[in-house]
Amino acid sequence: MSTPTWKNPIVQWVDHRLPIVTFLDHAIVKYPTPRNLNYWWNFGSLAGVILVVMIGTGIMLAMNYVPHTSMAFDSVERIMRDINYGWLIRYLHVNGGSMFFICVYIHIFRGMYYGSYKEPRELLWIIGIFIFLAMMATAFLGYVLPWGQMSFWGATVITNLFSVVPFFGEAIVQWLWGGFSVDNPTLNKFFSFHYLLPFIIFALVFIHLWALHTHKSSNPLGIEVQGDEDEIPFHPYYTAKDAYGFGVFLIVFLGFTFFAPNFFGEPDNYIEANPLVTPTHIVPEWYFLPFYAILRAVPDNFVDIWGILPVIIPAKTAGVIAMFASILVLLVLPWLDTSKVRSAKFRPTYFWLFWLFFIDTIILGYIGAKPAEGTFLLIGRLATAYYFLHLVIFMPLVGKYEKTKPLPDSISAAVTAGGSDAKEGS
Amino acid sequence: MFKKILIVAFVTMLGAGITGIKSSPVQAAGDVAHPASQEWTTDGLFGFFDRKQLKRGWQVYSEICASCHSVRLLFYRNLQEMGLAAEEVKKIAAEAEVAAGPNEDGETHNDGELIVRPGKAFDKIVSPYPNDLAARAANAGALPPDLSLMTKARVNGANYLHALLTGYKDAPSGFKMSEDMNYNPYFPGSQIAMGEPLSDEGVEYADGTKATVDQMAKDVTAFLIWAAEPELEDRKRMGVKVMLFLIIFTALLYAVKRQVWAKLH
Repeated sequence: MSTPTWKNPIVQWVDHRLPIVTFLDHAIVKYPTPRNLNYWWNFGSLAGVILVVMIGTGIMLAMNYVPHTSMAFDSVERIMRDINYGWLIRYLHVNGGSMFFICVYIHIFRGMYYGSYKEPRELLWIIGIFIFLAMMATAFLGYVLPWGQMSFWGATVITNLFSVVPFFGEAIVQWLWGGFSVDNPTLNKFFSFHYLLPFIIFALVFIHLWALHTHKSSNPLGIEVQGDEDEIPFHPYYTAKDAYGFGVFLIVFLGFTFFAPNFFGEPDNYIEANPLVTPTHIVPEWYFLPFYAILRAVPDNFVDIWGILPVIIPAKTAGVIAMFASILVLLVLPWLDTSKVRSAKFRPTYFWLFWLFFIDTIILGYIGAKPAEGTFLLIGRLATAYYFLHLVIFMPLVGKYEKTKPLPDSISAAVTAGGSDAKEGS
Repeated sequence: MFKKILIVAFVTMLGAGITGIKSSPVQAAGDVAHPASQEWTTDGLFGFFDRKQLKRGWQVYSEICASCHSVRLLFYRNLQEMGLAAEEVKKIAAEAEVAAGPNEDGETHNDGELIVRPGKAFDKIVSPYPNDLAARAANAGALPPDLSLMTKARVNGANYLHALLTGYKDAPSGFKMSEDMNYNPYFPGSQIAMGEPLSDEGVEYADGTKATVDQMAKDVTAFLIWAAEPELEDRKRMGVKVMLFLIIFTALLYAVKRQVWAKLH
């Protein structure tokens, strides 16, 4: 790409010393983008926007929040009642969290459907999974801060998971707590980490974008860009498309914020934390439910059934391992998927497997909100088994044996001149 | 076409998933009776506070509930925002006794008695008991919960409160009641320490409204909706304006997008 010359003398002066204008010109103006990206490709930039919203509202909330067990709950209520537009800032932050996860989940499923993680974009995907992990940690820490009943008991359940680490488990949990139970030192520590992690996410997002801009966006056809006729400059085409998507997104986001701000929340968190009263059902936020279901799916007698390493792996440990494995296995997805063809559009068998997997995660989410007993537990176990079956067994096998449909010659051939996919980019 | 169907299915399932998750705690609570839905002026996109109803609700709260239940997050000044006149608020506040703080000699107590002064609008509404232990001691071991956030702190809060307040019944035969408990099918476990608080003509409304149990339950619940979400009216009003703007703005953005992309086809 040629280096542009700038007419404005100030721009010229700055750019000669720090080529930031040229950089931006390359990265978001002339940046060549496949011409056929559909609306599922909007969710990456939406997630980026919501991250900024979260940091902005979060900084404002931190100005009035008090990280002390005896004042945290009341300080949040003071924000809601006495700070000018405090209710708006807090509800934006609370619902923004849910919106962030909705965008990122759609973004991840889009990557799975279109095989975006495949060579040469494996690292791009892996960095994305790390962003997802950092988001989960941040969301969990943030949920503890208002010091409601779910904050306290959620923190107790989740921090206890680390007790299964061999040899160091107890030490790690006591370090997390800063004592012998979830208490004021825990709250202080969590507030500090909750403020730190978003900036780490921000840095990871830049690395994610760096990797993205190295090999550019994938596309719904999953075939490589072959020439200029397959690409269009990011601006004005995708700036316009992203802006429209952003408008629709804002209607949904602000719709919840203004008209159903507690839709995603648990009523129990409007009861101040009480270490002496355990809620009937401890339920995490909705975006953790599939993983919560996996955690609880492992039977107590798991070890007896399988008879493996009974000393080192007690049942609780197996559940925790299953939960972490369910996320970490995504890191190796680029190698579990053996298919040469990226897009599910040309993979008739994988197409159905993808949707089964999607439904499976929805079922897991549903089960995660239910008490772990009876039919719910059984369904949870089957869905957990299928989750791993899909990723570890089906993905490699299908890639090997599936008969894929013929790929189009090029993006432009497929999407222009009345081709069957002509509407793909509109 | 098939793609569109899939998109619709995706959104529907996402919706169904979230709705399923939302409804779950209600079902998880087991054999609790389901509260009937009432009409609240605060419902819907254009929800608002009926100031007269809030005043009646405050009357029910202050004459009946306040003997055991606090609204510790509210200040007397909030009652003016609710619709009471400044003079009324002053009078109500002055009836309460609050700690006066140290006097010239630095003492907060006089012969072991707390030095008090009449309440002011800037004081928090005084709770009936000094602390949880005192509250339990006065209520046979049961703790009357604070009501400031009650409608937000229970599933389907407003309807639940109304159902609870109007739902007292004789225990069905064979139902084993514990000592000092009352039967109420809407309460988890169907046994509640609080005795039936409302009875017809339990208060005398200044505006002439007939004080039936149902009316008082509705009024006090409306008051508690306000207490939990005093910003509700402002929030919804602002929301309507923001939505109108966004719909027009997004339509424009769509037009721009169409215009820009038209060159490509």
